[in-house]
Amino acid sequence: MAKYIIRRILVSAFVLFGLIVITFTLTRIIPTDPAAKWVGPRATAEQIAAARIKLGLDEPVFVQFGKYITDILHGDLGYSLVSHKPVTEELLQYLPATLELIIVGTFLGVIIGIPLGLYSAKNKNSWFDHICRFFSVGAVSLPSFWIALMLQLIFYGWLGWLPVGSRVSLQVGLMYDLPDITGLLLLDSLITGNMVIFKDALRHIILPAIPLAMFPIGYSARMTRSALLEILNEDYIIAARSYGLKERLILWVYAFKNSLGPTVTVLTMTVATLLVGTFLIEVIFSWPGMGRYIGNAILSFDFPAIMGVTLLTGLSYTVFNLIADILMVLDPRIRL
Amino acid sequence: MTESIQLIKQIIKPKLKELRLSIYLLTRNTLTRISLIILLVLILIAVFAPQIAPYPTHLLLENNPTDKLMPPSSQYFFGTDELGRDIFSRILYGARLSLEASVYVVGFALVIGTILGAIAGTIGKLVDEIIMRITDLFMSFPPLLLTIAITAVLGPSLKNAQFAIILTWWPWYARLARGQAISLRERQFIKAAEAIGTPTYKIILSHIIPNCISPIIVQASMDMGTVILALAGLGFLGLGAQPPIPEWGLMISTSRNYFMNAWWYSAFPGLAILITVMTLNLLGDGLREILDPKTRKL
Repeated sequence: MAKYIIRRILVSAFVLFGLIVITFTLTRIIPTDPAAKWVGPRATAEQIAAARIKLGLDEPVFVQFGKYITDILHGDLGYSLVSHKPVTEELLQYLPATLELIIVGTFLGVIIGIPLGLYSAKNKNSWFDHICRFFSVGAVSLPSFWIALMLQLIFYGWLGWLPVGSRVSLQVGLMYDLPDITGLLLLDSLITGNMVIFKDALRHIILPAIPLAMFPIGYSARMTRSALLEILNEDYIIAARSYGLKERLILWVYAFKNSLGPTVTVLTMTVATLLVGTFLIEVIFSWPGMGRYIGNAILSFDFPAIMGVTLLTGLSYTVFNLIADILMVLDPRIRL
Repeated sequence: MTESIQLIKQIIKPKLKELRLSIYLLTRNTLTRISLIILLVLILIAVFAPQIAPYPTHLLLENNPTDKLMPPSSQYFFGTDELGRDIFSRILYGARLSLEASVYVVGFALVIGTILGAIAGTIGKLVDEIIMRITDLFMSFPPLLLTIAITAVLGPSLKNAQFAIILTWWPWYARLARGQAISLRERQFIKAAEAIGTPTYKIILSHIIPNCISPIIVQASMDMGTVILALAGLGFLGLGAQPPIPEWGLMISTSRNYFMNAWWYSAFPGLAILITVMTLNLLGDGLREILDPKTRKL
């Protein structure tokens, strides 16, 4: 097992190295000159030349690549071409908001999706099962950015039930000092016991979290349903039934436990989708996270910022994947 | 002459029978049947968009200031946008654009992936190792992440978005084809072809690829919907089609400035995406169900 884990870590390292090669290559084939972008549209030729030296663009490619890797290993992702601030600094500022949104979205997805799948597998071919299957195909076919706009229109525009934009209301933000322990506002306000902020933050996160949760709901319902259907035909379930065990006990204890296998797959897939899905959602809800950051960076051709987000997202996903794979080995049925 | 016709008939007959059986199985499931019909309608819309659209001139930069942001009515079924263009006509053109674009993307990814995968699986050793490590790399990241970075660098346009998706998509087909090729390689007819000295490229082209294509086709049919969603998402981020092209994602993106007072502007393009993608997904599900011997019921 130790051998497997070491191998798995090496693979992750290879993947991250590949990602760095890709982003480096991409930043070198950009049609516009980063140095010209750095100094702005009215710069003189000397200023551009000075910027080129400052950004290290005058050196040979291999030297640049070496520097690029050393910088990344030191946590330096370069400077934003627009704000001239270190990209790492800006990203760390935006990361918690995105993380919070992804966690809430994943949580919603799993907590709704798995029971849906369970219930529809139990009542196979009932009307509930049909609706549920239809819904789960619908949920993975929805453009999340569209459902986000529609929710905003209905619950904010027409009904006025829920707020949109940013993580807390302006008043709450002005009246209280927002706690900053982990950066996850919901968690921090709970830790400090400030229920006003907690409630307000919760109201703000509902609308952006729903469109993000749609894909995991549909996906996990589908996976749970098919996993459970297979299990319910296994011999040990039939044996349990013939012993006269209660159907509920069989479903929730005997079958459900073994249907959790694909949950790991579901979670990795969910995180992969949400990490990028949040790019679209944050733009719509002015959520101060990495998605809005990359959205703005795309519009202003701020390549270090775009590559910074790409690297950080790729890194998070690789690490997450690594943990998921190692956890999977802990399942005694998987022998290596 | 008649003999050869007989021969052809003999070859074609079982294939025809199989095809008829597949169509029968496909249309037996109500949901699959409905989605098949919707897909046919969508294809017809895509082909005849210029003939069906009530306002074909509203496709691009036509400006009708008097009819700005009109709600749906008998004149404009889906209302009008901020330039007074008929949203219904634009959505019809959008169908053509989206279907065409996704067919190209899936087609190219499939061809590149299948060829590279078949080469990797058949030749093995170092070639296999190199190709598979590259696919590992692309498959280790969230699907749209690299696509976004690549399109952002190449410059936002529909062509570049398509190119970027192809670039990040072929590994999935390569994987599938390689798996098939590896199991085929040990089969007797491949061994026989090798024994009589058939060159490797010929074995790959005429024996390996034709025999590993069917699971790849199923995968491709299931990917169509995902690619349409991806293209719409890129359009929404401003990385895909550029105005005034009537691309669905782009239309929703522009509608963000107006949708609070003009719900129809965002609602209808989104519905169009939802219906198209859902149809393709349901159809893909149906296809998989009848081709998978486990779930196939006669």
